[in-house]
Amino acid sequence: MNTATASRYAAEYPTIASALPGQTLPWLKALRAEALIAFSAHGFPSPREEEWRYTNVSGIEKKLFAPSVDLTGSDVDADWLKSYRLEDAWVLVLVNGHFSAELSVLDGLPEAVSVMSMADALAKQPDKVEKYLGAAADQSEHSFIAFNTAWFTDGLFVHVPAKLVLDKPIQLLHIVTGSDAMATTRNIIIADEMAEAKVIETYVGIDNAYLTSAVTEVFVGQNADVTLYKMQSESDKAYHFGGSYIKQARDARFTHHNFAFGGLLARSDIHADLDHASECELNGLYLGVKRQHIDNHTRINHLKPYAISRELYKGVLDDRARGVFQGRVIVAIDAQKTDSQMNNRNLLLSDDAEADTKPQLEIYADDVKCGHGVTVGQLDEKSIFYLQSRCVDEETARNMLTFAFANEMVDKIKIRSLHDKVLEQVLARFPQEGVNKEWL
Amino acid sequence: MLSIKNLHVSVGDKPILKGINLEIKAGEIHAIMGPNGSGKSTLSHVLSGKGGYTVTEGSATYQGKDLLEMAPEIRAREGLFLAFQYPVEIPGVSNIYLLKAALNSIRKHNGQPEVDAMDFLTLVKEKVRLLEMDEKFLYRAVNEGFSGGEKKRNEILQMAILEPKLCIMDETDSGLDIDALKIVSEGVNSLRSPERSFVMVTHYQRLLDYIKPDFVHVLANGQIVKSGGPELALELEEKGYSWVENNQAAA
Ligand SMILES: Nc1ncnc2c1ncn2[C@@H]1O[C@H](COP(=O)(O)OP(=O)(O)O)[C@@H](O)[C@H]1O
Ligand SMILES: [Mg+2]
Repeated sequence: MNTATASRYAAEYPTIASALPGQTLPWLKALRAEALIAFSAHGFPSPREEEWRYTNVSGIEKKLFAPSVDLTGSDVDADWLKSYRLEDAWVLVLVNGHFSAELSVLDGLPEAVSVMSMADALAKQPDKVEKYLGAAADQSEHSFIAFNTAWFTDGLFVHVPAKLVLDKPIQLLHIVTGSDAMATTRNIIIADEMAEAKVIETYVGIDNAYLTSAVTEVFVGQNADVTLYKMQSESDKAYHFGGSYIKQARDARFTHHNFAFGGLLARSDIHADLDHASECELNGLYLGVKRQHIDNHTRINHLKPYAISRELYKGVLDDRARGVFQGRVIVAIDAQKTDSQMNNRNLLLSDDAEADTKPQLEIYADDVKCGHGVTVGQLDEKSIFYLQSRCVDEETARNMLTFAFANEMVDKIKIRSLHDKVLEQVLARFPQEGVNKEWL
Repeated sequence: MLSIKNLHVSVGDKPILKGINLEIKAGEIHAIMGPNGSGKSTLSHVLSGKGGYTVTEGSATYQGKDLLEMAPEIRAREGLFLAFQYPVEIPGVSNIYLLKAALNSIRKHNGQPEVDAMDFLTLVKEKVRLLEMDEKFLYRAVNEGFSGGEKKRNEILQMAILEPKLCIMDETDSGLDIDALKIVSEGVNSLRSPERSFVMVTHYQRLLDYIKPDFVHVLANGQIVKSGGPELALELEEKGYSWVENNQAAA
């Protein structure tokens, strides 16, 4: 445990506290105070903690990232923004942790639906926020959650009422432009009974060192359906700590697609609690080049009988990049008839790349079907030769096989415009010549 | 077309081919028969450029060029085609795109423009019908989830579309039922031409009932121990491989 850096952040806290949203809400002040104490006592996570053993975050301790208190100085290049903003979605833009009304597109929302910034929600619907904030993300889980609770400046708030099916997705576009900046955001997504929603979180930044801390809490009501996409494409000098914490009610369906492409060091936690006959699908694709360190942690809690979980994470690691996958599936004693399958596949493109994979099944019920599989390997030489024997040169063959491996996850995206943007990112991250989209 | 002279090939320290001599002229069909483990696939692989083999002696000349110096994809673009004994599954790469890419790289190699999309589709569909395949296979990933027989047919489909000059077929008949064998044989026969040569590697004489070879060679223990006309296959069928192996031991 290293609390020295934590104390430095804590010492700065009073200078920004009064600018944080929700200052007039006693419950939030209390919650933030509690979080600050928890964070100060613990510091950032250390590799001695089991859940952090492959990921050393001490890099962030060399700097003191500064939160910005408002939107000033947050000019964003319009063309650059275009390459990330989806045309066919409602878009809420956060710049350096603050809502930009000017860049956001929220008109035409059905009246009954709330899509607003977290600061707005705290002003307009504080009781609802109080009910949900911290209800899925447990502050004691790890100190980044406490950090996020104490420091968050804004975020996305979505509430879809019962039986309402949103016909367009909602995009949260999270941009960091400042050097040595810190953007700490908190999001809440609520889909009431039988509601359906698709939300896309896009994390990007200008080519700088900065810190993103983002926590998203998702509440999927009874028989409701939520798909959450996360496209993490931060600058290659950035630190990203993100968590998605999901509570599924009875018969609720939740699908997550986690594209982890950017950041010098990026960590995502995805925790889902499943109720009776809930269905949960977690998909992930991480691409690491140069010295990137990309860590994904998933936890699926089967709390009640008949729930189904499916998980597939794939990683492609080149140069000296390191990918970490820790996936836990916990089947409670009551969760009979659980059906769970977890897979992690890693493709190493260089001798210096590394993949650490650790699937964990903890099963306390006796009548369940649970499986898992992991692979770490190189491109198959037989496949390369087969393609060569069909006129494809070796380099193109390698690229084709790499793309085909990654593309399985891209192909699962059901929103066309997002699919194309993610595919563009995949292609951009493997700059070898000769890859044709048509191959895929 | 192809001239193999005193070809010796090892895997690691283990000699597998021990002095192969073979002359194949344009338009000829050669059958290479031999017991399992005699080196048939090794010969096919070395000719098509698979890694992991060391040529310790001898040469292979293809259309006047040193075949063994060429990268596998160059051999393929120069018209050499290997129908694999065990075709490889390539998840995520669709059959039709691989076909198109392969055809276009051959055309590029020959200084021709890319194939027109409509012409390509017409050609592919014609060959799919010839091999009595379902068009759905075109849009599936290469060989993924195909049955053994479907994979073999897919190899011949590729061959029919790419129109190679030298077709090496490694046990294409193994694992095919009689109906599939007839279809595949018709596909191969339709490709016969005075400019095109075939090397049919097989373990069974049955294939030769449907595709008549000009020459039959018997490979045993890394050497061609006997060569003759089609009648050699029948004699072999009658007497079994032990006949040539014993002959070799006696020699
Ligand atoms: N990669 C390899 N490593 C070691 N031995 C091999 C390898 N490939 C083939 N062999 C050996 O070479 C011999 C010939 O194999 P192969 O060419 O596959 O025969 P065939 O196709 O006639 O059945 C066999 O004894 C086989 O075990
Ligand atoms: Mg063989």
